[in-house]
Formats: sequence, C-alpha cells, structure tokens
Amino acid sequence: MNTSILLATTARILNQFRHDRRTVALMVLMPSLLLVLLRFVFNSEAAFSRAAPALLAVFPFAIMFIVTSITTLRERTTATLERLMTMPIAKLDLLFGYALAFGVVALVQVLVAVGVSLSWLGLSIGGSVWLLVVIAGLDALLGTALGLFASAFARTEFQAVQFMPLFVMPQVLLCGLFSPRAEMTPVLEWLSNVMPLSYAVDALTAVTASSDITGELVKDLSIVAACGLLALVLGAVTLRRRTP
Amino acid sequence: MTSSAAVEVTGLRVRRRKRLVLRDVSCTIPQGSVTGLLGPSGCGKTTLMRSIVGVQIVESGSVTVLGSPVGNPGLRNRIGYATQNPAVYADLTVAENLRYFCSVLRAPRSDVARVIDEVGLAANASQLVSSLSGGELSRTSLAVALLGTPELLVLDEPTVGLDPLLRDELWTLFRTLASRGVTLLVSSHVMDEATRCSRLLLMRDGALLADDTPGSLLSTTGTDDLEQAFLSLVRAREAA
Repeated sequence: MNTSILLATTARILNQFRHDRRTVALMVLMPSLLLVLLRFVFNSEAAFSRAAPALLAVFPFAIMFIVTSITTLRERTTATLERLMTMPIAKLDLLFGYALAFGVVALVQVLVAVGVSLSWLGLSIGGSVWLLVVIAGLDALLGTALGLFASAFARTEFQAVQFMPLFVMPQVLLCGLFSPRAEMTPVLEWLSNVMPLSYAVDALTAVTASSDITGELVKDLSIVAACGLLALVLGAVTLRRRTP
Repeated sequence: MTSSAAVEVTGLRVRRRKRLVLRDVSCTIPQGSVTGLLGPSGCGKTTLMRSIVGVQIVESGSVTVLGSPVGNPGLRNRIGYATQNPAVYADLTVAENLRYFCSVLRAPRSDVARVIDEVGLAANASQLVSSLSGGELSRTSLAVALLGTPELLVLDEPTVGLDPLLRDELWTLFRTLASRGVTLLVSSHVMDEATRCSRLLLMRDGALLADDTPGSLLSTTGTDDLEQAFLSLVRAREAA
C-alpha cells in the first residue's frame, strides 16, 4: 500500500464527480428528499421520529451501494483498470481510494439528511447528533464497500443494477424497519443477525433513544465497520491483474 | 537469454473462452528496436501484447521481459502500455488524466507537459476527454504510456484514425525513443506501417508467420512490397 497513490486515486474520483454535477446533486439530495416525502406520508412527527433513524441508515446505504457498484464496474469494463493493473498500484490502494472518495460524498449526504430531518422534519433525538452522523456515515461506507464487492460479479451495468435487489433489499426488509428483529421467526432472525445493515439500524435507534454510549452500541458499530472492511478486502481479492 | 533481448516469448499458448488464440508463439524482441506486430484483425495481436505486459492468463509457455519473468512487480513502472480501446477517464480532462497516472507511476510532474507535447495535444490539455475526437482520444491514451521512463512500450494500434501528418510525427517519436534504447512493440493491421519498423512480427490465426527485418522479409519471399510478402507467406503456409 502507498498512501500517496491512494490519495491520488481519491482525488481523481472526486475530480470525476466535479465534472458530473448532476450526479453529485442527486447523491447529496436524494436521501433528504426521500425523508421529506416520508415525513408527509406519515403526517405525524411522532411516527416520523420512530421510522426516521432506521431510514437514515437505509437510504444512504442503498444509494451509495448502487452508485459505487456502477462506477467501479465502469472502471472494470473500460480499459482503465487493465492499464492500472500494469502499473505499480496496489489493489487495496485502488479500493481504499474509492472508499475514501465515496466516503466523503456519503458524509456530505448524511450531514444534509440529518440536518434536514432535525431542523425541518421534527426528528428529535436523545443522543448526540454527531454520533448519529458518524453511524449514518459508517453505514454509507458499508454500502460503498458492498457496492465495490458486488461490482466484481457483474459483467454489465444492467447486471449491476440488478444486484441492488439482491444485496440491498433483503437487508432492508430484515433490518427491523418493518417489524422488530426479536419478533421474527428464528430463521429470519438468524438471517437478520448476519446482515450488517441490521446492526447499523440498531445503533441508530439506540442513539436516537438515549445519550448513553453502551457496550451494545460499540459492538454494533464495530460490526458495521468490520463488515465494511471485510467487503473492501474481498473486493481487492476479486480484482485480478491477469484476466482470461 | 541474451542481454540484448527486451522480450523473449517461448512456446506461448493462450486460450480465451475455449478458443486457442495463440498457438505456440515464440519470438524475441531486441532491445532498442521498433518491432511491428502485423496481422489481420482477430489474429491474436492484442492477446500477445496482453501476455507481454502481464495481464493475460496464459495456458503454457513463458514470457521474459527486461530480464524478469512477466508479472514481476518490479516491471510495473518499466513497461508503458496503451490498449486498443483508449484507457483514459472520459469524465476528466487530458491533463487531469495524465496527472493521475503520473502519480500512480510516481513519475515527475513535469512529465505531464512533456508527454502532452510529444503527442501534440497542447491545445487540448484542459479539454474533457469525452469531448475529444477519436484520434485525440487515442493520443491521450498513448501519452499515458509515455509517462515516466518506460524501457518497453507496448502500443496496440496507436495510429488508427490519425491524419497522415500526425502519424508521421508519432513514428518519428517512436524512432527517437528507440534511439535512446527504448524498445517498442507497435501493432497495426495496416501493412504500410510495416516499412517504418526495424523488425516485423507477422501474425495470422494465432501463429507467427515471420519474425524478421523488413528487408530480409522482402528478399526471402522475393517480393517487392510487404503486403505481397505477407500473402506469399500465407500461401506458402497453406500449401505446406
């Protein structure tokens, strides 16, 4: 690994975003717009406050997943990846470079979503706002890491889009948003236990409810971070210098 | 192997999607030469080049580049490679692309201006790659291969779609680089570029028909242009 190559990669990706303002606007504003929509669908601050924390995890996660998997697939299918693989860049430099660049975008996205929810949509939280931002940001990074990993299995952008229902939807359905995880049948609860998004939602719900930093919260966060890291490393393993 | 060989390929077999693309190819590329790799589209030129830069999974045979087995990490900033499809980022400018690849190669920043000048893109440096013409695009991709101080340049059809004047300038650049000791392997499907090379590899259907200098190729086949020489080699092979 080489930090200067990693940072050059991050700068290159952010530069690509700079030339594509529409994508940046969509990425930064989309979760907030969805939360506004949700607020009016519920038509009650109390009901919104119950659902919003989970959705602060779900929306950035899903959006970053899809954006990352398409972008990295583009790199894989155009000749640029082949060219980079002939150069002295470590695979992890490339993947962490991607994660860092998308992480920056994800952080902005989450800051806007949390800001909008707290100031206009009547979300009230018991714990620290900053912790909320950290968790939601970590969760967006998890989406990025899984997107990087998933892109290895898609040959076309069309396939990459289809991975969203495969990788993201089961996690959304089982994360406790629709029904508490503890009340699920054992098989579903077990499934929900092995899905990283469940822990992100648990952590967000905990932060919204109280200001205590419990061992449970730290455990949830560690699991989310570890899963993100694991997905990045697996993504690096799926990158091949030599191809058929 | 001799110290004057930049690339040594022995008994290389490559299969892509069950099809045998290279059948026991062996060749030697002398250091400081401009070697033309010629043959019709689909004959295996790109696969041979991919094998030499170390991104191709091979079935058997060996490739030695600059004295090391191919795939050796130490080779990664000694080989410049330009793929047939331009390998640059469409949503960055020419200069931004070059600056990125320059950082990856840890080459001096001044290389960016040098290579832009070498491929004649000074007027397009701050233009987005997606707005370039086909020829400008392939020159941008070529410029990336020239960054740093590569000892071996593998260029897959670098002159396709260029106007004759630019094509001539690029060939002059290739010869200048070769005179400094850089080895160039340049593929083309146009026979008229063959005369500009110091050595030729003629390929057809996954096999080498000839590995020779243009002059001796003409004399051994008794022809007076390389197109005819190629035809005569193909016919001799098919008669055998």
